[in-house]
Amino acid sequence: MARWRTDVAESEVTPEALWLRRREFLRLSAAGALAALQPGAAEAAVEPSGQVLPVSRRVDMAGGETPTPWESATRFNNFYEFGTEKDDPWRNAGTLRPRPWTVSIEGEVRKPQVVDVDRLREWFPLEERVYRMRCVEAWSMAIPWVGFPLADLVRRVEPTTRARFVAFQTLHDPEQMPGQRRPVLEWPYLEGLRLDEALHPLALLALGLYGRVLPNQNGAPLRLVVPWKYGFKGAKSIVRIRFTEARPRTTWNLMAPHEYGFYGNVNPAVDHPRWSQAKERRVGEFFRRPTLPFNGYASEVAHLYAGLDPKTLY
Amino acid sequence: MGSSRSAPDAARPPGPAAALLGGRAAPPEGGPPARRAPARRWLVPAAVALGLGPLAKIGVDAFTGGLGPEPVQVVLNRLGFWTLTFLTLSLVPTPAKALLGITWPMRVRRAVGLLTFGYGAAHLAFYVGVDKFFDLPEIWKDVTTRRFQAVGLLTLLLLLPLAVTSTDAWVRRLGFARWKRLHRLVYAAGALGVVHFAWRVKADLRWPLLFAVAMAGLLLARLVPAAGRRLARRAARPAAPDAGGR
Repeated sequence: MARWRTDVAESEVTPEALWLRRREFLRLSAAGALAALQPGAAEAAVEPSGQVLPVSRRVDMAGGETPTPWESATRFNNFYEFGTEKDDPWRNAGTLRPRPWTVSIEGEVRKPQVVDVDRLREWFPLEERVYRMRCVEAWSMAIPWVGFPLADLVRRVEPTTRARFVAFQTLHDPEQMPGQRRPVLEWPYLEGLRLDEALHPLALLALGLYGRVLPNQNGAPLRLVVPWKYGFKGAKSIVRIRFTEARPRTTWNLMAPHEYGFYGNVNPAVDHPRWSQAKERRVGEFFRRPTLPFNGYASEVAHLYAGLDPKTLY
Repeated sequence: MGSSRSAPDAARPPGPAAALLGGRAAPPEGGPPARRAPARRWLVPAAVALGLGPLAKIGVDAFTGGLGPEPVQVVLNRLGFWTLTFLTLSLVPTPAKALLGITWPMRVRRAVGLLTFGYGAAHLAFYVGVDKFFDLPEIWKDVTTRRFQAVGLLTLLLLLPLAVTSTDAWVRRLGFARWKRLHRLVYAAGALGVVHFAWRVKADLRWPLLFAVAMAGLLLARLVPAAGRRLARRAARPAAPDAGGR
């Protein structure tokens, strides 16, 4: 029951319906109450919905793992702009109007501009990438994102020599984002990367998931995905991308600096003060699995942090 | 002797069970004995049945997908939530009687208290056996190095003696005054439980605050009339020097 790893080729993904039927089989085979704790045990599969996004290529960067079901990825979200319960974003994000939508690119760049989010699709070919996604709360998923490398956008707007960081800002509009009517966090939500992190080919700006345009609750219309970092680094519903010389303020780091560092790198060696980060539970699984340094992307990204004290990388 | 004495109700004034459930609170204060409440034998079974509702809901949801994509966390959170809810409810009977003269909650207080402990124990058992799947080194690290888990465990440890001494036999063994003092630990457990909850959440303190306010309000509702009675007694003494005789 632990992982249900299949022996099929890495690129082959089990159809979702089959995946769910296997659970049902497990349930029917009287695996008992624990099996019943599998999500959606008796639920019919919820098929992905929304506008299909054409992708130029597909890359699996989650070790061949079966992606988390669409239903889980779209109904179990941390997006405090729509409420702090996991199903709040799914329930409440209908008020967000993801089109028309512009993103202001500003700061230390030679080509500052306000760009319509749909222009981005014309500028950059979209690709699908299956990434592991590790939340700082010790749950995780595997998600097929659709997007383009952040680096492509960074290069296009030509950072000046002074640019050392890139800051991302989420929409601040309590009309559209009812969660912002309460000061749970300091609004708007802010995130940031070092410029060299932003230029890393794994850093993705996502417009969709599971081949569809991003649902509102997943950060429509444009969100950041940095797979070697905890999920909170992935700013959602981005309206501003600012290049700066100084390290930008970031929301969770402001909220609790001893719990959420600026880097937010997935690091099993540094526990959250209130819980262990050594293991994680893949949503849909029962047993916890070990958390990998940099969420399994160490060979790609560890060099970015050479010389830094690993104990500070959380 | 068992916890449910079956002495004929009409024949004798409040027995130990009735004393525990409210009958004897009045005499030490010198007032008239509390009016006998109607039997309402269904009260306790009804309270227990209602109290087991959230547990049943978890069971039903587990088999219908109602627990969502991360059921382990949901069950753990629900068990903790209901522990605090029942603990808060167990603080209602005393002020309800003192302030409003409503006595029936007193008769389900023991049931509510035991539900509190039951949900708390289930919460801990679920954390150990399901969430952490008996990962003892990890659990040990949790409770020894993380204040949030340590406080949670302490909360349950405080509730344990209250659950153990909840029987009539224990009330008799301790004597009602000592038993009552011991059971004031529930306020400490409540405070620690709220702290456990507040330290658990990442940013949204609404629920922990709501529990804190409810518990503080119920404590005040208990203290204010008690203080009023003390003041009244003190005020009465000089006016009638012979009344007390000492």
